Amino acid sequence: MTFQGGFLGLSVKRETSMSPLLRLDSVTKSFGAVRALKGVSFDLRPGEVHALVGENGAGKSTLIKIITGAHPPDSGAIEIAGAPVRHLNPAAARQLRIACIYQQPALFADLTVAEAIALRLEPPGGLRRVIWSERHARAVQLLSQIGARISPDTEVSQLSAPEQQLVEITCALGGGARILILDEPTASLTRKEAELLFALVRHLRSTGVGIIYISHRLEEIFTLADRVTVLRDGVSLGTRIAGELDETALIKLMIGRDVSQLYPPAEGEPGETALSLRDVGCAAGGVHHVSLDIRAGEILGLAGLVGAGRTELARALFGITPADSGEVRRSGERVDIQSPQKAIACGIAYVPEDRRRHGVILEMPIAANITLAAHSRLFPAAWLRLGVEQSVACEMMRNLDVRASGPDAPARSLSGGNQQKVALARWLATQPKVLILDEPTQGVDVGAKSEIHRILRRLAGAGMAVLMISSDLPEILGMSDRIAVMRGGTIAAMLPGRASAHEVMAAALGQPATGL
Amino acid sequence: MKRYFLEVSVALALGAVLLALAVFAPAFYQPQPLLSLAAREAPTLVVACGMALVIICRHIDISLGAQFSVCSVCAGLLASMHWPLVLVLPASILLGAIFGAINGALVAGLGLPSIVVTLATMATWRESLRWWREGVWVDLPDGLQWFGLSQFAGQWTLILVALTLLAALALAMRHLAAGRFIYAVGSDTEAARLAGIRPQRVTFGVFVLAGALAGLAAMMNVIQSPQVDPNSGTGLELKTIAAVVVGGVAISGGRGNLWGAFAGLLLLACVGPALTHLHVEPYWDKAIQGAVILLAVVADGLRRRRKHSNCR
Repeated sequence: MTFQGGFLGLSVKRETSMSPLLRLDSVTKSFGAVRALKGVSFDLRPGEVHALVGENGAGKSTLIKIITGAHPPDSGAIEIAGAPVRHLNPAAARQLRIACIYQQPALFADLTVAEAIALRLEPPGGLRRVIWSERHARAVQLLSQIGARISPDTEVSQLSAPEQQLVEITCALGGGARILILDEPTASLTRKEAELLFALVRHLRSTGVGIIYISHRLEEIFTLADRVTVLRDGVSLGTRIAGELDETALIKLMIGRDVSQLYPPAEGEPGETALSLRDVGCAAGGVHHVSLDIRAGEILGLAGLVGAGRTELARALFGITPADSGEVRRSGERVDIQSPQKAIACGIAYVPEDRRRHGVILEMPIAANITLAAHSRLFPAAWLRLGVEQSVACEMMRNLDVRASGPDAPARSLSGGNQQKVALARWLATQPKVLILDEPTQGVDVGAKSEIHRILRRLAGAGMAVLMISSDLPEILGMSDRIAVMRGGTIAAMLPGRASAHEVMAAALGQPATGL
Repeated sequence: MKRYFLEVSVALALGAVLLALAVFAPAFYQPQPLLSLAAREAPTLVVACGMALVIICRHIDISLGAQFSVCSVCAGLLASMHWPLVLVLPASILLGAIFGAINGALVAGLGLPSIVVTLATMATWRESLRWWREGVWVDLPDGLQWFGLSQFAGQWTLILVALTLLAALALAMRHLAAGRFIYAVGSDTEAARLAGIRPQRVTFGVFVLAGALAGLAAMMNVIQSPQVDPNSGTGLELKTIAAVVVGGVAISGGRGNLWGAFAGLLLLACVGPALTHLHVEPYWDKAIQGAVILLAVVADGLRRRRKHSNCR
């Protein structure tokens, strides 16, 4: 991927007035009982890069979805280029020249680049005649405008991730976008590719496009952004000039609470090593040379950026994509975990991320969900005794405080936090010695979140070894007895539980932790 | 009650049809024709049980009718070679299981879509049978019909076999881990895998079981007449899919039970005779069956939509 010198012929007019391109005024949005946005105001001027930062669950994605018309706000006003807008939907947003580029490119893999561009830009209508030469010429012209050297005849599936992103940007600009939203655009890019993207972003800014930029990588925000808006728990903490902030101040704003008070304290001393990894690798998951010890009674936090290989490591340990090198020892005994069944037999449990899809089986009653992984322990005769099942489920539900109409209610009927408790209960029913959790509180409301934290601390106190993967920095800092930071598929640093946010971030990004 | 809403509504619909018949066409309730009807539908019930398991597992097997035909003809030929019944019956079941294993290996082992695989095997078995037998009926030896029993005893035997099998399978689905696993895999294969279930084994097993049940059902059909009709399984897959779907088993997998499928089959089986007794042209039978299926699917679709809009 290369850019040609100069971005010739980009036909976006430089807006002269400084009235905002977009203004949101006290926008609120709830999903069921969860209040995702509690009155957020936001504005975007032409020719600026406006960064939107916050922890997971702070409301960034909800805000974006309101701007792109995917969700209607419950209350509040939206103004685009000075004109109030009601009933925003994705088609109307496109007409208002709002474009969003998501973390994962959303192109159709089997189309050619020219077709993919045409699909976005040509007017709808199934019986319209397609003039292939025009379609092709336009693709060539648009691609060259942003300096992308991509042949319009290539199939999208043949393109690399950054090239697909360029095609997305091409589509956005071909549609004359004046508001461009970039949601974690560098998540799958190498540093060099990211630099090229930054050059393009700066160029677009100079042509008067307003850009909303979302990234977890704070250094990008300081390189690119003109202004920064911080969201926390669905509330905007105000907009600041990027030059007036530094990284420490920004992190403090994002986290914003005294971490030590919010999380339960550790109890007791950790015992002997429950799980020990030496040079473990899994080629299919891009994990290599992981050496790690997890002791009974401790919570080991596994931090890192998205794509650092944390989930892949967990999947290797649980035998979903088995490790293919190195050695794993369970309480000192060497084990070869080739399947989830083997992992369960070894006393390892894995509560996956994306609980809605994989953590619980939505159609099944809660009781059946809870016993699903523990059949061989609970029912050695292979005959399910429904009475036993009910009492096991009721006890679990009581211990974890699952709020439901009863053990026979389908898992679908529960709130996110309660579904997560059921997912946890399923694995506790197997009586594991090592519990691996992947993003245990993602998308869970604040109350359920601290309940889950207390449960995890209690389990560790009872002698379980807990490996907790989390992208939620305060959670990692508050819960972990030790912190392992992954980067590029391996452990980049082992930090004590008292480590600072800055140390964890620096290790995750691969920078020396200086200045603090 | 709410959980079994679909099953209960099918049962109510069935009750309404039976009541209407009692009022407008009491002749429907003459014992002998009713017994014949039940015996005729007994093999269909056995195949419908297999189909229900396959659909709960979020697959489909449209080759069951063809398997039924091939098993019928083979069983007939073996019987006419004077094999005793105690050997012909297991042979027929085994043949069905082998057909099921072929489907299962392709679907579970290679991960191919079951609709395509079973469409291909359906055409293969059916056309091979046509080429091999050229549509000739197989004459059966004398002692075979009704297992050598009287017609009355034979019919009751078939009905009891089908009902016992239904009850046993329904109990197994509820009380065996394997039954749970079928629901789990049908609801979400990846989630099931993460819960330590082997989805491929479950899927394979379900196809084998459905095939074996088709083999058994073929035998239950063969002994009802003195000759074997090579086209006896034609349309059986549609009828059983219809019964299962009408009975509240979600075509998208993971939901439903065998009692619902049973009620669905009874409902569909009553439509034809009811029309005759109500002096409606019998040509309407298939159209009304189709309408009942549409109604069931639309009801399920509406229920699903409401549920989803509640979640978001």
